[in-house]
Amino acid sequence: MSGYIALTYWDLLWASGFLVLNGVLSIWLKLGLERKLAVAVARMVVQLLIVGFLLKSLFAVQSPWLTGGVALFMLLFAGREVWARQDRKLRGIWGYGLGTGAMALSAITITTIGLAAMIGADPWWSPRFALPLLGMVLGNGMTGVSLALDTLHSTVKREKPAIEAQLLLGATRWEAMRPFTRRSLRSGFMPIINSMAATGVVSLPGMMSGQILSGVDPTEAVKYQLLVMFLIGGATGLGVLLATFGSVYRLTDERDRLRLERLTSGE
Amino acid sequence: MLNVENLTRLTIGPVSLAVADGECVAITGPSGTGKSVLLRAIVDLDPNDGTARTASTDRAAVPAPLWRRRVAMLPAESGWWQDSVAAHFRTPDKIRPLLQEVNLSPEALDWEVARLSTGERHRLALLRALENDPEALLLDEPTAALDEKTALMVEALLQARLAAGLSILIVTHDPAQARRFAHRTLHLENGTLRQVAP
Repeated sequence: MSGYIALTYWDLLWASGFLVLNGVLSIWLKLGLERKLAVAVARMVVQLLIVGFLLKSLFAVQSPWLTGGVALFMLLFAGREVWARQDRKLRGIWGYGLGTGAMALSAITITTIGLAAMIGADPWWSPRFALPLLGMVLGNGMTGVSLALDTLHSTVKREKPAIEAQLLLGATRWEAMRPFTRRSLRSGFMPIINSMAATGVVSLPGMMSGQILSGVDPTEAVKYQLLVMFLIGGATGLGVLLATFGSVYRLTDERDRLRLERLTSGE
Repeated sequence: MLNVENLTRLTIGPVSLAVADGECVAITGPSGTGKSVLLRAIVDLDPNDGTARTASTDRAAVPAPLWRRRVAMLPAESGWWQDSVAAHFRTPDKIRPLLQEVNLSPEALDWEVARLSTGERHRLALLRALENDPEALLLDEPTAALDEKTALMVEALLQARLAAGLSILIVTHDPAQARRFAHRTLHLENGTLRQVAP
């Protein structure tokens, strides 16, 4: 940890100047993006500053309950994000519950195994390891699950005649939904597959870059990055599968009917 | 034989009707009165109450996919889930000789679904529905998108199936077709069915 150089808040202010330039360009070119940009930047600054202070005090307190509470909050927020990113959602408790439940099961299981068996932190729930790892796993899981569900719901709505044509010929609900289930799974898996394939050549992953910037030996940083990518990939895949099959189950019934009334009408 | 008793779905019913072996019954009625809803309810495609059975099968006693093999339905809008036409048939080779009977080119099975017209799709969907060799066939406006010559060819194909014992329930807006093709006509209005005097 020899090469670590602390940043001052002046450095950050200086760096934010480039974003301000973008805002000025947006006004000048009448792109209408300046408001959105400003709000996003302000949110990011406030959220990250709060997180920084929160993590610092969590690390100092070392309480399993507080750590668990923060993890739960992150999970519920990710669930809300998955819900909001779907144009058509399942009605009722399923709308929020399915995505959140799928992520909870996959992210928590895999993060826990990663912490206890692989990283071997002491105690295993130590917030310094648990929260950043859960954050990365959830962040990617959220993207995968929301893409898969959004694809499934809009496809099923559009392909109603094709699904019912198969049901009418005597297909079961799982058979009739198969072409569209496959399509949703594919779009849920795509971001993580793409990012694994391009990683290290096109982009240096943020976590690894951060470690290298703060003075960690690159080969050690790579090992950490690989571990994290394996956990992220595993958790995203599991979450996407659970959410997609859960939604297929909900959108059909035990008499092999398509139940589109269980879907909201969209924007 | 198809026997439906006390069927209710949304604003429809209770409705009872029976179609004998080799019989064709037409259902007429104003648009939006629920003729398609009735057909969908019989094949159990929407939640509904009541009983339905054929000579061999009681709807409540078998899984829905098995029921729908016994009682086939051809909806007004046909559905396709693969790129090629042939992929939608279980035994494309047995279908090939039938294509000319409904005024389709023998090569139609090798085409892409995307190049088919609405009428062509509909005739192929009819052949597909007959592939399971059902006991009863429910048709929703089967010849609406067809010219007169082709419509008569489709009717002739269906006549042959009737002669072999198939029961047909047909929703039609065409009074001439009902008179020409059906043995009896039922009129659906305000959720109830009544027999139309011949």
